[in-house]
Amino acid sequence: MSLLEIRNLSVDFQTAHGLFRAVDSVDLDIAKGELVAIVGESGSGKSVSMLALMGLLPWTAKVTADCLAFDGRDLLTMAPRERRKIIGKDMAMIFQEPMTSLNPCFTVGFQITESLKTHLGGSRAEHRRRAIELLELVGIPAPETRLSAFPHQMSGGMNQRVMIAIAIACNPRLLIADEPTTALDVTIQAQILELLVELQRERDMALVLITHDLGVVAETAERVTVQYAGQQVEKQPVESLFDDPHHPYTAALLAALPERATSKRLPSIAGVVPGQLDRPGGCLFNPRCGFATERCRQEVPVLNRGALCHYPLSRGVPQGHPEHQGEDA
Amino acid sequence: MLRFLITKFAQMIPTFFGITVLSFAFIRLLPGDPATLLAGERGVTPERHAELMALLGFDKPIWQQYLLYVADVLQGDLGNSLVTRQPVLEEFFTLFPATLELSICAMIFATVLGLPAGIIAAVKRGSWFDHTLMGSALTGYSMPIFWWALILIILFSTPPLSWTPVSGRIDILYFFDQPTGFMLIDSLLSGEKGAFWSALSHLVLPTIVLGTIPLAVIARQTRSAMLEVLSEDYVRTARAKGLAPSRVIGLHALRNALIPVITVIGLLVGTLLGGAILTETIFAWPGIGKWMVDSISRRDYPSVQGGLLLIAGIVMIVNITVELLYGLINPRIRYRR
Repeated sequence: MSLLEIRNLSVDFQTAHGLFRAVDSVDLDIAKGELVAIVGESGSGKSVSMLALMGLLPWTAKVTADCLAFDGRDLLTMAPRERRKIIGKDMAMIFQEPMTSLNPCFTVGFQITESLKTHLGGSRAEHRRRAIELLELVGIPAPETRLSAFPHQMSGGMNQRVMIAIAIACNPRLLIADEPTTALDVTIQAQILELLVELQRERDMALVLITHDLGVVAETAERVTVQYAGQQVEKQPVESLFDDPHHPYTAALLAALPERATSKRLPSIAGVVPGQLDRPGGCLFNPRCGFATERCRQEVPVLNRGALCHYPLSRGVPQGHPEHQGEDA
Repeated sequence: MLRFLITKFAQMIPTFFGITVLSFAFIRLLPGDPATLLAGERGVTPERHAELMALLGFDKPIWQQYLLYVADVLQGDLGNSLVTRQPVLEEFFTLFPATLELSICAMIFATVLGLPAGIIAAVKRGSWFDHTLMGSALTGYSMPIFWWALILIILFSTPPLSWTPVSGRIDILYFFDQPTGFMLIDSLLSGEKGAFWSALSHLVLPTIVLGTIPLAVIARQTRSAMLEVLSEDYVRTARAKGLAPSRVIGLHALRNALIPVITVIGLLVGTLLGGAILTETIFAWPGIGKWMVDSISRRDYPSVQGGLLLIAGIVMIVNITVELLYGLINPRIRYRR
């Protein structure tokens, strides 16, 4: 049985213009100790789907799912009090902005021990010892003195390490990292990623890495889910995804990687992710897709060879596409 | 810390002189003079009037009067009341505990109700509670104090309810020593049966009247500060730890929202002492508010000048205390000093 089972998860936001669907029937299975990446542009619903899982969305969000189970227990039907016993303990999350994610009014030590106190009980001395141990584990020098430091006295990278320490304080079985390196310097980014992957391997902890950096995905993940405009457009193991992307969106993302560029100008995907008021009919990617046909504009695609596309690519050739007849890979 | 205090006190000096000029000038701009008012209805001959003015020292050129006044103030002498012949400082501090007691009660009333109300309104933003609270806060803020006091008196102090007395600090039949000047404490210390309840019932209406505007301001400020803080990332982090909502809101969010709230509470102290003048007059509360009004109508120059100066000094000290509190609440401010 998988650790996390998500079936048909949708999130709707109540807005002035009616309901807006930020996440559209997302499925996800994560096994114990597995590293899965979710990639996509800003606004593709990556964070929202994971925030829904953690129960951290504002009340204007309506979360529906056929199944949202952690370790076989359905989170949606669970009482809030029961759910809070899982959140922060077995299932933890770190965020994009380390500088604002820690409370400026409390010391680092207080913020780490708070989790321990809430979920594990024990004495103050034990909490202190464990907090020092955690800070050491996430690579913070002189952990004893850091306990009494405030977040504003530390750098962004240090704060992100503290966030990680808080998240892993109760030995979670699933850690969700929501763009954990986006706000950090490039040199620090690599260190933080390395730390996360190391923790995942050593502790047999499942890790969901939300990112828009495909380079990060290539180096770390085992499986990848590509999201676009709230929908999962493609799911593949990481090697085959980089080797042979099936969805034109994935292919376009990969083509935009500098290390894959063949021409002098870096290819880009024209346009932006559709918002609430400019959602196209048919396939949501059709206005930006090079292969779009009339069928793409009319008909909503279904999952086809692991991609949400009428003409999934195989070795760069759209299968069954009217203009590419007979060009089999 | 010491440097901070020294700077703050240095900044008080110009304000202090400004207040001496204003209080000195404004009371003299009022028509009438102490000699005429002292003489009463029978009036006074011009010769006797001049004689009296000379006796009181008001015959000298105005700038000389001012310099003499400031020289006295700098030596800690605020002069004597023209009416009672008592030192102003002494009179002020005899009456001040009454005002302080009323102000503290009003502030407690406003904070104890306003803070939770603002928090609930922010958490349940857009709910009927939020709308009702913000509507009442606006009403409370806009209401004239004297009108509000009269309405409350009509409702609660006259038959059929007759719940509370309307004037003074305690029933006339109680008589005891007042070592602290705070009626609630002194009545308890006296051990007289019923004295404490009498003192308390006398406090209820003045407290509500004086506390209404601060209550409205605190509720509104708390709500807006909480709304801002609740959308911060660290509040999400706190929730991601699996903490109970009460802890997320009451500790993680509130601690950050307190700075603007403490600021308005500090500023309200000034408003409160100003409001006390009306409230004390309506409820015949023997505090400095009523004393100031009486002194003004008697053109008791030294009392008015001294009273204003002391009130201003208290407000300034409160503001410095508030700034010290910032550091206590928010470490980012503490370490910048």
